[in-house]
Amino acid sequence: MSIEIVDPVAEAEEASPDRRTLRRLGWVGWISIGVIVLALLMAVLGPILAPFDPNQGDLSFANVGPFGQHLLGFDGQGRDVLSRLLVGARTAIFGAAAVALVAVVIGTTLALVTAWFGGKVDATASVVIDVVFAFPGILLAILAAAVFGPSLFSAGLALAIAYSPYVARVLRGAALKERAMTYIAALEVQGFGAWRLCARHLLPNISSLIVAQGTILFGFAMVDLAAISFLGLGVQTPQADWGVMVSEGKTSLLQGYPLVSISAVLCIVAVVAAVSFLGDRLDTSSKAVNR
Amino acid sequence: MIAFLGKRMAMLLATLLVASFAIYGALYLAPGSPIAALTGGRSVPPEVLAQLEERYHLNEPFLTRYWLWLSGVVRGDLGESIPLRQDVSTIIGQRIGVTLQLVMLTAAIIIIVGVGLGIVGALGRKSVDFGVLLASTVSAALPAFAAAVLLQFVFGVMLGWFPVLGTGDGFVDQLRHLTLPALALAATSVALVARVTRTAVRDELDKEHVQTAVSRGLPWRDVVRRHVLRNAAIPITTVVGITIASLIALAAVVETAFGLNGLGAYLVQAAQNKDFATVQGISLVLVFAFVITNVIIDIAYAILDPRVTLGSRAQ
Repeated sequence: MSIEIVDPVAEAEEASPDRRTLRRLGWVGWISIGVIVLALLMAVLGPILAPFDPNQGDLSFANVGPFGQHLLGFDGQGRDVLSRLLVGARTAIFGAAAVALVAVVIGTTLALVTAWFGGKVDATASVVIDVVFAFPGILLAILAAAVFGPSLFSAGLALAIAYSPYVARVLRGAALKERAMTYIAALEVQGFGAWRLCARHLLPNISSLIVAQGTILFGFAMVDLAAISFLGLGVQTPQADWGVMVSEGKTSLLQGYPLVSISAVLCIVAVVAAVSFLGDRLDTSSKAVNR
Repeated sequence: MIAFLGKRMAMLLATLLVASFAIYGALYLAPGSPIAALTGGRSVPPEVLAQLEERYHLNEPFLTRYWLWLSGVVRGDLGESIPLRQDVSTIIGQRIGVTLQLVMLTAAIIIIVGVGLGIVGALGRKSVDFGVLLASTVSAALPAFAAAVLLQFVFGVMLGWFPVLGTGDGFVDQLRHLTLPALALAATSVALVARVTRTAVRDELDKEHVQTAVSRGLPWRDVVRRHVLRNAAIPITTVVGITIASLIALAAVVETAFGLNGLGAYLVQAAQNKDFATVQGISLVLVFAFVITNVIIDIAYAILDPRVTLGSRAQ
């Protein structure tokens, strides 16, 4: 672990942290932002933009390559691949965003409560966290599918629970450090309550770290949700979803027609790579808070 | 050291106990009655029903059933799969070999290729370093299932070098069948390990003790081996351990993609078929493996870095 030494004077001279992050993006960063904007547009407008019905197939077109208006050809059941990709963006992206959001909310709450109260609360919470750590996300999602039946909701909830200890661990350190600052003690002496201090002072001061954690988790969530749907335990066929499309396209792929699986894989990889690149950048810009 | 190990073991047992309770409890709460699964939905005479309830302890309170299950688990009896009419421990025994081979082969790839690439990148020329960085960036973005599909197409369908489905017979054939799955499983981890290794080695190269060693005229090879790699080994071991631990659950995805008859792939099937005894058994084995691996990482960390006060946990 290297400790980044930050010159406090140089830090203070910079206009604002947001502008600093933007300046450091470089062309890869701008491409990443472009990919994410495109993906968001697909997620919001996908069903409107889709030129054909994503679920209406014509078996006589099964595994036929691109022609005319069918820019990406047809899948093994003769459905338009481009339309399915556009419609499938919604569960892939909003699903992952929801998982990241829930994990960050649970993790942040845990971190703040344990850092603020310490003692017995901290000890109890860390036992719970240790147990959740013993379950890898994918395993918890498979268990959830066994208990509640396979669906995007059960898989997403399981992943959010599995991720939250990671958030809690990172944020707890930052919150503890912030808690020890004199301004908190000063405000406490003035009689401000725990709730108000956490919400108004502590939380904003670790917010850049929270955003970085959320971004990194979004990438993990997208990969894991797609993997669970690939296993048949998440979004269910015939509903269009990028993860489902990878697994649906496998039969065609093994017969030598890879376009369905590969186009879905490329969509996932492009978004995940873009998000993780930006997440890394956000993380380095908030390292000073982290350590 | 003994106190450290003892404390770690106690924590390990406590975690496993709570995890086993969580696994059993979650599936106990699941909707659907085991009787329906046993009878296949047909109506059966009450005496048969009573017999079934007696046999599977369905009338006992939850804690008694958990205790019966747990005491069975300790003796190596994981219960009986109702749909298969087969002991869960037999089912696990038949499939654990494939998973173990897959994880071990993948771990070997991660250590050799990941650490190797990282060292080459850190010590090599700028163009070499750039190549390593580029390769690791691409492969880091490739999730296991995506890598599986791409490898199947390129090396299985297009080039025909490796089989794309099944386990194979005999050592060489098995190795051939496991090559692509292991590569798919290793893709992300190799990248991560290569990156951490590269950074760790470069950080170490910049340190004063290395400059001193160089200026005193020690051979470069010895400086790298004794001063750089020895110190860089600490973060490298941590990241290798964490990635290998993560393979245990991820193997399910790759096994399913390649039609391997391993534990993970069967867990997925059992979850779909609501075969609860099997889901409980395999989950418990996977959690056990995951937790044990983490303990080994902690111990390795304490041995490698004498500064780690035994008893405090590795970050």
